[in-house]
Amino acid sequence: MSLLDRSATDLLSDLQSGELSSVELTQAALGRIEQTDKQVGAFLYQDAESALGTAKSIDQRRQAGEQLGLLAGLPVAVKDVLCDQNTLATCASQMLKNFRPPYDSTVVAKLKAADAVLIGRTNMDEFAMGGSTENSSVQLTRNPWDLECAPGGSSGGAAACVAAGMAPLSIGTDTGGSIRQPAGLCGVVGMKPTYGRVSRYGLIAFASSLDQVGPLARTTSDAALLLEAISGHDPRDSTSLNQPVPAYSQTIDKPLENLKVGIVREHFAEGLDSEVERAVRDAIAVYESLGTEVKEVSLPHSKYGVAAYYVIAPSEASSNLARYDGAHYGHRTDQAEMMAELAAERKELEEAGDTRGLDNLDTPLIRMYRRSRAEGFGPEVKRRIMLGTYALSAGYYDAYYLKALKVRRLIRQDYDKAFEEVDVIAGPVTAAPAFKLGEMVDDPLAMYLVDLYTVSANLAGLPGISLPCGQSESGLPIGLQLQGPPLQEERLLRAAHMYEQETDWHTRRPTSI
Amino acid sequence: MAEQPYTTVIGLEVHVQLATKSKLFCRCSTQFGAEPNTQTCSVCMGLPGTLPVMNAHAFELAMQTAIALNCDIPEFTKWDRKQYYYPDLPKGYQISQFDLPMSSDGYLEISDPKERFEPKKVRILRAHLEEDAGKSIHDEAAGKADTEIDLNRTGTPLLEIVSEPDMRSSLESRAYLQELKLLLTYIGVSDCNMQEGSLRVDANVNLHLEEGGEKIATPIVEIKNMNSFRAVERAIDYEAERQWREWQETGRKLGESPKQTRGWDDAAGVTRGQRSKEESSDYRYFPDPDLMPVVTKAEQVEEVRATLPELPAGLRQRLGEEYSLNAYDSDVLVNQGRGVVDYYLSAADASGNPKLTCNWVTQEVLRELKEQEIAIDDFGVTAERLSGLVKAIDDSLVPGPRGKEVFATMLAKNCDVETATKELGIEQVDESELVALCQELVDANPKIVADVKAGKMQAIGALIGQAKARNPNVDPGRVREICLELAQKA
Repeated sequence: MSLLDRSATDLLSDLQSGELSSVELTQAALGRIEQTDKQVGAFLYQDAESALGTAKSIDQRRQAGEQLGLLAGLPVAVKDVLCDQNTLATCASQMLKNFRPPYDSTVVAKLKAADAVLIGRTNMDEFAMGGSTENSSVQLTRNPWDLECAPGGSSGGAAACVAAGMAPLSIGTDTGGSIRQPAGLCGVVGMKPTYGRVSRYGLIAFASSLDQVGPLARTTSDAALLLEAISGHDPRDSTSLNQPVPAYSQTIDKPLENLKVGIVREHFAEGLDSEVERAVRDAIAVYESLGTEVKEVSLPHSKYGVAAYYVIAPSEASSNLARYDGAHYGHRTDQAEMMAELAAERKELEEAGDTRGLDNLDTPLIRMYRRSRAEGFGPEVKRRIMLGTYALSAGYYDAYYLKALKVRRLIRQDYDKAFEEVDVIAGPVTAAPAFKLGEMVDDPLAMYLVDLYTVSANLAGLPGISLPCGQSESGLPIGLQLQGPPLQEERLLRAAHMYEQETDWHTRRPTSI
Repeated sequence: MAEQPYTTVIGLEVHVQLATKSKLFCRCSTQFGAEPNTQTCSVCMGLPGTLPVMNAHAFELAMQTAIALNCDIPEFTKWDRKQYYYPDLPKGYQISQFDLPMSSDGYLEISDPKERFEPKKVRILRAHLEEDAGKSIHDEAAGKADTEIDLNRTGTPLLEIVSEPDMRSSLESRAYLQELKLLLTYIGVSDCNMQEGSLRVDANVNLHLEEGGEKIATPIVEIKNMNSFRAVERAIDYEAERQWREWQETGRKLGESPKQTRGWDDAAGVTRGQRSKEESSDYRYFPDPDLMPVVTKAEQVEEVRATLPELPAGLRQRLGEEYSLNAYDSDVLVNQGRGVVDYYLSAADASGNPKLTCNWVTQEVLRELKEQEIAIDDFGVTAERLSGLVKAIDDSLVPGPRGKEVFATMLAKNCDVETATKELGIEQVDESELVALCQELVDANPKIVADVKAGKMQAIGALIGQAKARNPNVDPGRVREICLELAQKA
């Protein structure tokens, strides 16, 4: 077994015992990236020198007997949506292609404080909008299990780099399933914590009321470790929860007694791939074999989840992305070209005697906004800005945004009711295994439906975890999703770990690379 | 003022900059006048990923104001985003409050000591908190057409106080603004410096008139961003006349054209229409998902209420009831601000003659303050010394007519009343000495005596003058009394 096929928890114990140095591990990871990322395309950029420098200093501090952080010496990849001081944070968008934030996001600051080695920035759908990472304006990321397939998204790079062994741990963000879905499609563990569990400060916002940062890892123990490092109250984020952080990594091994697992009637309806259904049912059978009570529950409003999500998320996005106007930073259109364009239009209108057209002609300021945004944003981002702008407009607000908020509350009430009866809910992550690259790019609505099983947790603010539970006949990973009540990450991790102990899906590695 | 064929209906929106040390959603300083963009951070510049955190002090100042304006403070209030594009609005939206403001349904009482309008309660529709935008500086020097942005002001806490359209003249509007400013300075929530933009006013104006028994309202016009009371007064008067002319020309009623926004050109003394393109804004308000709603319990409201100082209206009443001042005098004192009121209260308490003290404060002290252009705290005659002067006059230790002389000396020499009187050689004249002097004068002026006996009392005045010439310390009133008595007996 190569160094990079081992779990982060194992690697950490070797680092702690001195059998392995962080420099060795970092070099191995950089080597693997060098060797395989040309095929996979998970990373947008890395700074090998800086990573090795950090690794070296951690090794030295360890040798000097210093007390080190929770992740000391472990390479961690970060989705390109989280600010890291003076490091590019592009959101895979042309709009921010030169943006270097002058501050650390709280998550990055916590990773640094935990002595992680930040190994590189991973590819994503532009501004985290998408389910395949094909909306990146920079490059394509391929699924390590089948290079013709999408890795899922928007944290596609984050999932693919862990699946391909380029990093033992990575950070993703999940707005409607963007951690759990690519984790499921890439055969790794991915977790979306309770909304507010992890600070959003320095996370470049897509939809503020849904976005949440979370870990991607090989195993549930690894995910627990990374979650422990990044969780906690942040006075710079008003929506962050002021609750102590349990030592997830310490309790993960403890099985849950009298666990009650819920299966959702609506999850096994039309549209679910038969291979996925079988894998998920087998996983539930594993729980039963452990003496777990399995009970059917209902989430009657979950069928409206995708619709509500695609009103709320674009509405917030249309607002959050208004700041990219070319005035203060980010992409700005070429001024000379723009002025020439305006002059030509003016001349044409004057010659045609079109006074109305002249009246409506953009001022240079408005034209600067228009062109900067037209050039800086990709099609999916524009589509969502248009959707959100429409939904929030006078006369439509009540019909769309307000209605969606009501649905959101009903979805949460469904969950609250279900969790009166069961401890966790188990079900599929996606309706089918990884799809082919390019298969859905021309069908945005079909793409939106890949969030079917994941969006409800975001709308309700609940934690959810995705872990490998099978493989399709064509060898693609299948994921199991567990969801829990607010702040019950510990319960979810332990329940996931119970399953993981009984199976070997998490040990399988892609062979195509 | 000539009788007009219409009623002017005015509602005011006042933006008050709250006197916090830091901005509404970050820790940047709000100090006025710093070099451009030196008081900014990634949060108030709206850089990607940054998040707002509410300044609790700003909320408390807003609550104090709202309570002083007799507003209801709801248990639940939230933040909304108001979206529009402007280069000095870095996030592309302003954090404000839309449908659930932090206060509503209050009122402010206004009156005019000159009784040009009846006292009235102007209802306050709402007062809500929001962040200010930045400033665009248009640099057109040397053929350039650059716009430079200063984001120092971005995120400064503003309280927007919206009145109901309860005012009926520019005079009432001015009184409302003055009373509001006075209230704000009493509770100390804002410096209300209008030159620095700490208090800015928008006025909504239209006319109500009657034609053929039908009550008609003309379209509402909003006059934006005025920064002096004089400008507000002039703009409203101008606008009322303009709307009257327009009504006569077009006959257009409320609802028949969209609400118009006009700007006030102070130099030209006219309002000017702004482009219709800028009017049809759709701000797409929605709750800001980055900020939690604010929950305020009734106890917290009471706690804040308890910290409020005595407000102008209450003070006026107290001066009337406890110090027997008339409405005019109370108003003059209270309108000078808390400093002058405190000065008056301690001087009046010490002198025991509130009315006489009031005369001294409202006449001599205020005149001096105005001439010297200083605040009461820097005034040379302390309240204690003034009370000494008032008492000395009241006790006839200083002849009333010489009071001003004594006051001037106290001011010039920075001394108390005793030192000043000594300096001026003022001392009380012994009663027997005074009688002797009067007797002498009566004896020496038989013609005057004859006149007095014939009923021409005013003739005695000449004797008073002579007495003062002999001894400047004599009390003229007393001289008159004694001389009259002696003349009658002679």
